[in-house]
Amino acid sequence: MNPFFIHLNFKKIKTSDNILNVHSIESFGTHDGPGIRLVIFLQGCKLKCQYCHNPDTIDTHGGQEFHIEDLVQRAIKMKSYFGNKGGVTVSGGEPLLQAHNLIPFFKRLKEEGIHTNLDTNGRMLNHPTIELLDNYADLVMLDIKHMTEDGFQKITGKRNKETTFNFAKHREASGKKMWLRYVLIPEITNTPELLHQLGNYFKNYKNIEQIELQPYHKLGIHKWDALGWDYELKETRENTKEELDLASKILSDYFKKVKIN
Amino acid sequence: MELDELILEEPKNLEFKAGVWNTSINVRDFVIQNIVSYYGDDQFLVGPSEKTEKLWGICKEGMQQERQNNGVHSVDTETISGVASFGAGYIDKENEVIVGLQTDGLLKRAMKPFGGYKVVQKALEEHGLKPSEDVNELFTKYVKTHNDGVFDAYTAEIRKFRSLGFLTGLPDNYARGRVIGDYRRIALYGIDKLIEVKKQDLAEIEGPMTDAVIRLREEVSEQIKALKDMIVMGNHYNLELNRPAQNAQEAVQWTYMAYLAAVKEQDGAAMSLGNVSTFLDIFIEKDLQNEVITETEAQEYIDQFVMKLRMVRHLRMAAYDEIFAGDPTWVTEAIGGMLNDGRSKVTKTAFRFLHTLYNLGPSPEPNITVLWSPLLPQKFKKFCAKVSIDTSSIQFENDDLMRNLRGSDDYGIACCVSYQEIGKQIQFFGARTNLAKTLLLAINAGKCEITGKQMVDGIAPLTDEFLDFDKVMANFKIAMTRVAKVYNDAMNIIHYMHDKYYYEKAQMALIDTNPDINIAYGIAGLSIVADSLSAIKYAKVKPIRNEEGLTVDFKIEGEFPKYGNDDDRVDIFAHNAVEDFNNELKLLKVYKDAEPTMSVLTITSNVVYGKKTGATPDGRASGIPFAPGANPMHGRDTNGAIASLNSVAKIDYKDSQDGISNTFSIVPKSLGSTQEDRTDNLVATLTGYFEHGAQHLNVNVLDKETLLDAMEHPEKHPQLTIRVSGYAVNFIRLTKEQQMEVISRSFHESM
Repeated sequence: MNPFFIHLNFKKIKTSDNILNVHSIESFGTHDGPGIRLVIFLQGCKLKCQYCHNPDTIDTHGGQEFHIEDLVQRAIKMKSYFGNKGGVTVSGGEPLLQAHNLIPFFKRLKEEGIHTNLDTNGRMLNHPTIELLDNYADLVMLDIKHMTEDGFQKITGKRNKETTFNFAKHREASGKKMWLRYVLIPEITNTPELLHQLGNYFKNYKNIEQIELQPYHKLGIHKWDALGWDYELKETRENTKEELDLASKILSDYFKKVKIN
Repeated sequence: MELDELILEEPKNLEFKAGVWNTSINVRDFVIQNIVSYYGDDQFLVGPSEKTEKLWGICKEGMQQERQNNGVHSVDTETISGVASFGAGYIDKENEVIVGLQTDGLLKRAMKPFGGYKVVQKALEEHGLKPSEDVNELFTKYVKTHNDGVFDAYTAEIRKFRSLGFLTGLPDNYARGRVIGDYRRIALYGIDKLIEVKKQDLAEIEGPMTDAVIRLREEVSEQIKALKDMIVMGNHYNLELNRPAQNAQEAVQWTYMAYLAAVKEQDGAAMSLGNVSTFLDIFIEKDLQNEVITETEAQEYIDQFVMKLRMVRHLRMAAYDEIFAGDPTWVTEAIGGMLNDGRSKVTKTAFRFLHTLYNLGPSPEPNITVLWSPLLPQKFKKFCAKVSIDTSSIQFENDDLMRNLRGSDDYGIACCVSYQEIGKQIQFFGARTNLAKTLLLAINAGKCEITGKQMVDGIAPLTDEFLDFDKVMANFKIAMTRVAKVYNDAMNIIHYMHDKYYYEKAQMALIDTNPDINIAYGIAGLSIVADSLSAIKYAKVKPIRNEEGLTVDFKIEGEFPKYGNDDDRVDIFAHNAVEDFNNELKLLKVYKDAEPTMSVLTITSNVVYGKKTGATPDGRASGIPFAPGANPMHGRDTNGAIASLNSVAKIDYKDSQDGISNTFSIVPKSLGSTQEDRTDNLVATLTGYFEHGAQHLNVNVLDKETLLDAMEHPEKHPQLTIRVSGYAVNFIRLTKEQQMEVISRSFHESM
């Protein structure tokens, strides 16, 4: 029998401790961490960002339950593509909502020698998230929504931007790798003032390898329509080439590497 | 003292290292003794010379006229093409450092009527031409062709399977191709030596005079005549092909002349070149070391050689386009790979060949195939990935897999994807059978689902409301056994007649006498078979039958796993279908004791196969194109590119040694956000895929918008190249229907 048919007899009993609630799986992720990655988009998020391009991942109900070992086996089948850079990224939704079960998942991946990456908005810092961060997440990609409380509330519909910054502080203190991600929206997040503010805040962080700028786009609008939700940024335009270049230039004074995704 | 100084001042004249190649015909040994592997990057490469640019300008103009003139520039209607039947032809003599055309004019096509005269007549008629009176009289009154022979021998059953689309694209009215001459032999040995060796062979072929022995004696005699013709062909260009090449320019020229002899005599579907780059590099490296030439000249030889290969044309009728779209010639050149002793076959000339895609722009021909191994030099791998991303003109094959299983490190790629040891082995091309239609026989009591004609006896009718997996499988097995038998009968007739009426004497003259033969069977519709069986097993499939009891549609209740998502539950069906049908074929005796192999490859025939196939249990409607090669069906691979690749990788090369073609199309942004990321990710993808034991990957890195724009404004994209199953085509030369099919395929875009 072909060695790649190991999965055929996969029958594991699911319990509340060994499942992850998955929205979808992308086996060729090239924009969610280094190298080629298996990206697992988990279902559910407490925020409802105005520009969210995966609004169908927000609802905490729905999704499909996967046994953790099933996902581990999928990652093992992809190992030959990872090279020395790639690995597994959990994204969402907000993966930390399932932090308790992500611990055994990441632990298994580490046993298999697979690089782990957590793509998060950093809105939770409790016992399981700390254990996950400190022991099992090789990389954290932290999404900075806005530098001001007002801006944060406007975008996410939730209070208290500080939680995310505390999360960053914790990660920095642990000495482990982190990337920042920042969505560039003309006028809303992409102003020189806000960008300098962002740079100044993080300029002394030693463990931030790079910041990724995600130019705002409207590719997710149809999903909002499909959900029957109102898309508030209809009038917002995309960045010009000059605006992207300027943003990149400003931030390059503060960060080791600035990348436009 | 004085003497030493004198010697030092003499020009260096490095000699080739001797070996068994000096005492027998053994080009491989010459390569092994003298190869200079290259581990550096692409920085040494230079742009096109002024001469090259002038020539290429003329060629581009000629190709534009060709497009404007309904795809054919001009045709000679007087001459029956053979090795020496045309005098010299030039593009622009004073700028040509490598000379030689198939006829006496650029892009002028020639008649090669021995495959089938009606096809030549039809092709000419479509362009308002007809063969000269003399030729017409010969081929209507006196000369019998391959096509005539085949149809004299075909049975009623074969005709039925052929006309209803169970067997398609059979080389019964065109030349079979697939034979790769060892075109390097003329450069290394000169023709006089080759004639001498063939005469010795002939003398040693003795009785008792059975059919096989008589046939072989006749064949070798034909080969000797072809070699003599090649000397005459060389004389037309004032080239002394009777002797070995003495420098790099001659080595390229002599090798090209050997290939030219083949494409003057034969118009086989695929006329591969082999693996000449490593061989030619030895001559080039010697001249560079001796400071006889510079890098500019080295690149000029390769650019002009490749330019000539791009100008190869055959006369085809329009219907041929259905199975082989875009006027391909399959001048397949295999580049890279490893030697069995662990050294890399990558030389600077491997880089030079790839660099022609920049110097002359992208192109489907020659069909450049990189033999990939994880052990290849890292810088070469990155360069290949870059060229692939920039041009979508190259394909990749798993060198470790083929070399280890098949044995030789001196092989080329016949046609699209098939291993062929150079100078030691040939192939009988077998086109393919429609496995999806074969599955429908299992559901329709052995009747053709479209015409209701009884094709296979002994298949019990299925009368249940929902299809029963075990009953379908049992019937499928019976259908496969019978289809394999009819297929084998057709192949034996075809290759017997091809040898008899259109023997490849020029190519065979450059191959060892009495080589090993593979018969290259093929299948189409694999993903449909896998998904259909999955639907029957995991969902409920209700056949909708017409009043004659034939299925016209299927209703599927429930979900089922689909091939292309790395899901073993369905991938096992694809794996097993290949294994089972291959085992059926292996049981059957073949003409000349050829060894059966099988491919999962469609060329562009997936469109015409789809047209001839009714609705299938996977939910595919009647007439819809199949996925190409071993690809998953369009849009069903929903877990991203790697999951899709992993599904295809599960098909075992041991069961499909003629090749398993997979076409991977991705939009540039999804491959990575920077050029460096894209290159690294493509290298990682190829490495990962081949580590899973996969055999072949076509890579397209393109936006759909580019293709749509090319449909609207073909004049803006004259060189837009896209890989289809096992070869590349000039996109604007596809029919609208084929263009739409390419566009509708899965282009991987990450979420």
